[in-house]
Amino acid sequence: MVAVRLWGSLADLAGAPEVEVEAATLGGLLTALERDYPALKPQLDRGISVSIDGRIYNDGWSTPIAEDSEVVLLNRLTGG
Amino acid sequence: MPKDEYQSRAFNIVGTRPIRPDGIDKVTGKARYGADMTAPGMLWGAILRSPHAHARIKSIDTSEAEAMKGVKAVITRADFPKLDLDPGMADILDNSMAGEKALYDGHAVAAVAASSKSLAYAALDAIKVEYEVLPHVVDVDLAMKPDAPVIHAARQDETVPEGLSENVTSRSQYGHGDPEEGFKKADLVIERHFTTAATHQGYIEPNACLAQMGADGQGDLFVCTQGHYMVRDTCAEILGLEAGKLRVTASEIGGGFGGKTHIWMEPVALMLSMKSGKPVKLVLTRDEVFRATGPTSSSSTDIKIGMTKDGKITAATGTFRLQSGAYPGATAFLSAMCGFAPYDLEHVRTEGLEVMTNRPKAAAYRAPGSPMAAYAVESVIDELCQKLDLDPLETRLKNAAREGTKSAYGPTYPAIGLEATLKAAQEHPHWTAPLGENQGRGVACGFWFNFGGNTSVNLMVNPDGTVSLSEGNPDIGGSRASMSMMAAEELGIPLDQVRCVISDTGSLGLNDVTDGSRVTFAVGLATIKAARHAIEIMKTRAAMKWGIEPEAVDWVDGAAVPAGPNAGKFPPMSIKEIAAIAANTGGPIAGHCEANAEGAGVSFATHMVDTEVDPETGAVKVLRYTVFQDAGKAIHPDYVEGQFQGGAAQGIGWALNEEYIHDEDGRLLNAGFLDYRIPVASDLPMIEPVILEIPNPGHPYGVRGVGETSIVPPLAAIANSVSRGAGVRLTSLPMSPPKIRAAVKAG
Repeated sequence: MVAVRLWGSLADLAGAPEVEVEAATLGGLLTALERDYPALKPQLDRGISVSIDGRIYNDGWSTPIAEDSEVVLLNRLTGG
Repeated sequence: MPKDEYQSRAFNIVGTRPIRPDGIDKVTGKARYGADMTAPGMLWGAILRSPHAHARIKSIDTSEAEAMKGVKAVITRADFPKLDLDPGMADILDNSMAGEKALYDGHAVAAVAASSKSLAYAALDAIKVEYEVLPHVVDVDLAMKPDAPVIHAARQDETVPEGLSENVTSRSQYGHGDPEEGFKKADLVIERHFTTAATHQGYIEPNACLAQMGADGQGDLFVCTQGHYMVRDTCAEILGLEAGKLRVTASEIGGGFGGKTHIWMEPVALMLSMKSGKPVKLVLTRDEVFRATGPTSSSSTDIKIGMTKDGKITAATGTFRLQSGAYPGATAFLSAMCGFAPYDLEHVRTEGLEVMTNRPKAAAYRAPGSPMAAYAVESVIDELCQKLDLDPLETRLKNAAREGTKSAYGPTYPAIGLEATLKAAQEHPHWTAPLGENQGRGVACGFWFNFGGNTSVNLMVNPDGTVSLSEGNPDIGGSRASMSMMAAEELGIPLDQVRCVISDTGSLGLNDVTDGSRVTFAVGLATIKAARHAIEIMKTRAAMKWGIEPEAVDWVDGAAVPAGPNAGKFPPMSIKEIAAIAANTGGPIAGHCEANAEGAGVSFATHMVDTEVDPETGAVKVLRYTVFQDAGKAIHPDYVEGQFQGGAAQGIGWALNEEYIHDEDGRLLNAGFLDYRIPVASDLPMIEPVILEIPNPGHPYGVRGVGETSIVPPLAAIANSVSRGAGVRLTSLPMSPPKIRAAVKAG
């Protein structure tokens, strides 16, 4: 199981600031979050960024996640 | 260690300052900007814009304009296909050409293509639009009130709590700990309200494009943009085209700063070309650029910070309200993430609220959302230091985020460079230089994420051994120079043997927009990988020539060499020699890389500025300015310094002069550079850049983005300097002379 920290608005929707899901990759994580916490789906559909052990990822579904990884969901980053 | 991780090494070309490859073209006028392209039979486009901030469009009569000789097409929203677009795409279409309502002064309501520019504008005068003027709101705080005019109904997402105006479209929250408990441990708690005005990116080149749609559904678009693939994909979707049928070429770009990461009028030019069957050139006037292309958000912020007598922050909270203009999509969430990012805080909580107003759709402006957040946070930290008689740099060092700090937005930091920038500032002679009467010294820190994204690069070894490098990101910050340098470094050949060009969308795989300070990181990574790919091919060709296994070949100083004594005795085979026999050894040689680069390193900066306030007039003179920023690795230090200086200069304008001024009817009053005053050379001292290099572990050369962080600290640094010089805390930007004079008089 991987512990996933959620930002405040998502935490309200999921009912907890941190949830656990079964996942070994970023793609698996997103699938598991959508399945186990359907209230998060609208935000997941709009796009998010994910910090895995301090590095921020946007799209790479095959990015590996270890059980002890620090995983934090973030609003989808944009820039100028 | 994977080869795309950072590896310490000595460089021959990276880190030097060669002459920029685009310089001659730009100073001689050869470079082709958006308005420089023409085509046979070309028409001129022009756009009719709403004079009202909020109005229902009751009718549009184009008959008189259509009857004018030389007018080849008149379009309104009715001419665009009615497609099932997602809300974001529908907003882009609606912003390009208004539907039922005009949502801001300057919103496009109709457009014309005619045989001359003057005729096109005359035809605009012949179009009759009947409006029903509606109540409007341009202020972010007023727009949040329950009785505010609603720009769009039912656009709130699920994060917005009940009871807020429908103009509030999204809410984000970050933080950890228990701020209320933390405030109890403080010796002093300061809570302040801050506002910043909407400011335009102020790029010198107005938006321009040339659209050519054929009867066969294929088209070409030459456009000034920060992302021609984004333009292709968005225009294709809005107009119901297949992306592969539309080829988009990016012009040279006279500044963007985030303002050209969006679609503004390109679908209009394409639709005019479709309807007329002719090429159509559309060049916005400066007035249109101000009125209809997004400035950054104005903001309203509440900050509360508690601190002990010895300078330890015990807790911090912030609420950031950013107006997004007439559509959802501001970056208050980035304010909420970035504001306290420089500090190691046990208790922190932030909230970001996105608010619609009757203004042009807000656009990114270098590190969107971060400068206004840093302004408010760093102002309160400075005031705490003043009231507790603490050294502002030492206090920031005491609270600085470091490797292992849990950031205010959640993740734990890897190696970062904030502490290094603060120590460099402490050691710089600027910090101890004497100050005169009415002068103040301000410091402030800033943070930006940086990111990577989809990137494609081709590196072709030509028959004579020179190298042609193709990238797909418009060069707004020296990417052709830095990519050429990284390719030459990796290949081990002289820099003048590499030429880099920006490819069109039909010639190279997808490339994300030039934004997020991503290009030197992501395209640089792809360039290095493409060069390594080409090297592997060249090693194979040399092995074939020598009759040995490719694994027995190394690449040293631009040539293939036997890997060791067991590989055989052969003289080095240069890239030119390998290229000369390419046809005999398998054909053309090219390396390429298509990847979605992840792992960009975050960036920090500390700025220091001296100003002098004239207490009689309220005028501010910037006396001295020094930027300390972590670049990871500066590929071409001149460009990096230019980014530091440019960000500081734009931040100075944002702090002191620049603002959108509306009349009581919501019309923009200062849509031109005479009345919207950006800093000019005579307003600025020489801005001294100090480059620090704390390598990004996620890039082979250690590169971090540098283009955005430099605009984050200046608002606060100037405000802190002016507040100290004037002897009164300023909490509203811009700090224009009347505002400062009034504050000084009020004491």
